[in-house]
Amino acid sequence: MSHKEYVKEGSRMVPYPSGAIVPERDLNKTPVLEAMHLGIDFGGLTAVDDFSLTVGPTEIAGLIGPNGAGKTTVFNLLTNVYHPTRGNIMLNGYTTAGKTTAQVNQMGVARTFQNIRLFSNLSVLDNVKVGLHNEMKENLLSAMTHMFGYKKQEKQADERALELLDFFHMSSLAYDEAGSLPYGAQRRLEIVRALATSPKILLLDEPAAGMNPSETFELMENIRRIRDTFGIAVMLIEHDMKLVMSICEGICVLDHGKVIAKGTPEEIKANTRVIEAYLGKKTEE
Amino acid sequence: MITLIQALLNGLSLGSIYALIALGYTMVYGIAKMLNFAHGDVIMVGAYAVITSVVQAKMPGVLGVVVSIAICALLGVTIEFLAYRPLRKAASLTVLITAIGVSYLLQNVAQLIYGTEQKAFPELFDSIPTLTLGEVSIEGSLLLTLGLTAVIMAALTLFINYTRVGKAMRAVSEDKEAAELMGISVNRTITVTFAIGSVLAAVASVFYGASYTYIRPTTGAMPGIKAFTAAVFGGIGSIPGAMLGGILLGVIEQMSKTYISTKWSDAIVFGVLVLVLVIKPTGLLGKKISEKV
Repeated sequence: MSHKEYVKEGSRMVPYPSGAIVPERDLNKTPVLEAMHLGIDFGGLTAVDDFSLTVGPTEIAGLIGPNGAGKTTVFNLLTNVYHPTRGNIMLNGYTTAGKTTAQVNQMGVARTFQNIRLFSNLSVLDNVKVGLHNEMKENLLSAMTHMFGYKKQEKQADERALELLDFFHMSSLAYDEAGSLPYGAQRRLEIVRALATSPKILLLDEPAAGMNPSETFELMENIRRIRDTFGIAVMLIEHDMKLVMSICEGICVLDHGKVIAKGTPEEIKANTRVIEAYLGKKTEE
Repeated sequence: MITLIQALLNGLSLGSIYALIALGYTMVYGIAKMLNFAHGDVIMVGAYAVITSVVQAKMPGVLGVVVSIAICALLGVTIEFLAYRPLRKAASLTVLITAIGVSYLLQNVAQLIYGTEQKAFPELFDSIPTLTLGEVSIEGSLLLTLGLTAVIMAALTLFINYTRVGKAMRAVSEDKEAAELMGISVNRTITVTFAIGSVLAAVASVFYGASYTYIRPTTGAMPGIKAFTAAVFGGIGSIPGAMLGGILLGVIEQMSKTYISTKWSDAIVFGVLVLVLVIKPTGLLGKKISEKV
């Protein structure tokens, strides 16, 4: 696929076809993610339609919208958990069409879940090492033939996992069972596990759900820290508007499966369609 | 007292065979969330593979066992690929019926090749001397069964808990979708599971053939169903559960054969299963399944 013309519009660039906001430092770089006219139907029901978005390689992007707008469906489309009925997804310029979810992860997309889905019977360390899995290609045969190198590799994996845990001050919990951790720590562990797969874009599905204001503040700091340390893009679904407005550089608003607005936090705050979507839907749960 | 020790040893040996087979059921259930009712027939194929390679092709016993293990591993992986993989998203009942179909297919193909007559299993372990401790004599094959099963179980436990593939298996068993999103290929993990289960079945077939001496196309059915019982008994999906369930089942069966009645032994075995499930529906080491909402 040939590269898109970036159209200069004042101080920011608006890539075709998305119209999304890509921060200045990411201009003229291959976007980490380009969703082009994505759509999916379940039976006769159109869950998401004509979803286009571009995310820069170090952008913090937000995906917001009322309940049932199709935000998690978009995440499922981006990870090929659902295969889109229409449209195409490009990761660093490569299409993900026909790839399995595991392959899409290996191409650089990692995610967390709205309701925590850790491997709760595994230790904290093993959860992270499962994430490291795709960095160290291993099958039964190589496990048998590389018995000697194996120990060394395992040691490296342990070190890398501990390093990642340390990033969230969790290395002291390494040998606890993941399911036994307190809620906030489980949420952090999910992010560490996702980071272990060396993503280029990290998708966070409601990372602040169930957190108190001080935990939310810490999370905001952590998201920025992740972006700065790992140099990756972060895209988050979130209902906490304060969080979204303060850390996201570009925001995409979804309603009834369609994009109703894209822009900077300031633009979104002032957008009448967005305000309508949030306040004019009192009958919807 | 001597009768008791002898019965206990025989029970442990029988239980080891059940445990090896039960591991195949429980691992496949835990990871692919399906009941592979063709698993018992893999034992039958394994036993015939030994007969063909040792009796007909005159291979040495050890090589025959290796051939049998290779054939079973290939068979297990092939069955999974052809029969179960296309049904990954189908209803569990569909998969169950398919598994029963595969089971009949294997039995009938075996009948076509080997006929309905029973065939003698080669005497592989006769060269191993019998161990005599006072008045108790322990056959060499029994010692080998116990020893090898113990080694295999220890190796499997280490493999599941400490290797990367083992961890991937546990991750897939807990949450397929999340595992896939962490870059683990679920299909490949399931293939490995079937291969391991079938290798264990092949080993079991050698011990089973050695102690029952005759093989026929329906040979796999009874140990298959008993091992499945053992897996449920120990808590299906649980690897230590399958080991414990298999050993207990073998000991209970042997004890009732020795002290009560040979005819009643199966009734007693299944009776105990019913009793255990009434008291603890998840089996001895099974975990309570909490439905995800």
